[in-house]
Amino acid sequence: MIPDTPTASSRPRLSELWGGVKAELPIVLGGIPFGMIYGVLALAAGLTPAQAQAMSLIVFAGSAQFIGAQMMGTGAVLPVLWLTTLVVNLRHALYSTALGSDLRHLPRRWRWLLAYLLTDEAYAMTAVHYANRQIPITYKHWFFLGAGFIMWAEWQISTAVGIFLGAEVPASWSLDFTLALTFIGIVIPGLKERPSAAAALSAGIVAVLAYSLPYKLGLMAAALTGIVVGVVLERRDPKGLASSNSSHEAQNP
Amino acid sequence: MNIWLAIIGMGIITYALRLGPILLMERIEIGGTARQALRFVPAAVLSAIIFPELLMPGGTLDISLGNERLLAGLLAAIVAWRTKNVLWTIAVGMAALWLLQAVG
Repeated sequence: MIPDTPTASSRPRLSELWGGVKAELPIVLGGIPFGMIYGVLALAAGLTPAQAQAMSLIVFAGSAQFIGAQMMGTGAVLPVLWLTTLVVNLRHALYSTALGSDLRHLPRRWRWLLAYLLTDEAYAMTAVHYANRQIPITYKHWFFLGAGFIMWAEWQISTAVGIFLGAEVPASWSLDFTLALTFIGIVIPGLKERPSAAAALSAGIVAVLAYSLPYKLGLMAAALTGIVVGVVLERRDPKGLASSNSSHEAQNP
Repeated sequence: MNIWLAIIGMGIITYALRLGPILLMERIEIGGTARQALRFVPAAVLSAIIFPELLMPGGTLDISLGNERLLAGLLAAIVAWRTKNVLWTIAVGMAALWLLQAVG
């Protein structure tokens, strides 16, 4: 991920920070339409511009904000809204667990900051970077900071643009589709081996079958199914297990 | 509903989910199986978001040539596989969706 330039040794922090920004940049550009459409949708649901922007600052989780704004528009009660947020964002606890042991050497204030920046998109790039054991762990949190911050800046600005443009971004542009496309771009290149492909496929099928479960519980059921399928298949295939132990290359994306 | 209270509650829940495990991992060492399971998290979670977006655009299952999001998404998946580039994936996927919507 990090180009082996002279600066990599002389200014490791800056080089890691910049490496994170660069790795995240394609996803950041792809996220702009999604942030805009969130801003539009939040106003349409009855939020004030200040509330719409505050949700991007305070919650900072795209799909939960979409669902949250819609639920506020339909007048859902608070416990249901919060429970839905919990289920939809449970995946962040999995990301947090996965990165936890790589961050434990850091001071608390670093971990508080990085936790705030832990989105799907930042995790996807940061996990790959941490999995590369060739690069020492010493400054890798600067990569996380770079990837997380540029994603954060994009989300705040594109929310503001969406709020500003409002109804001038018609629903017929289907800009919400960019989220699914971004995730396709993250997931597909990582499906090199059978276990990860089966994990993705089984999770997707369960997500469709369990779609009508309340509070978006289907999302969590689907994710757990995919994870179990992946682990079981990897155990059955000793070759796959061996390669995953010797290197973390099998990791997604 | 108090919108501000709703937003602040959502923020606290989301931040707790992101921060809690990171702080817990300070003391806990996770085993081989857990580590192995965590590697499948992105593929499983993101696929669980992608599939309904493509297969159930109106909230109901639609596996037909009339489902523009499914066709555009499949094309985007091919582009993602061939180019390994997120921007190309999004560009081709959106272009395909707009084209199909204009034709359909």
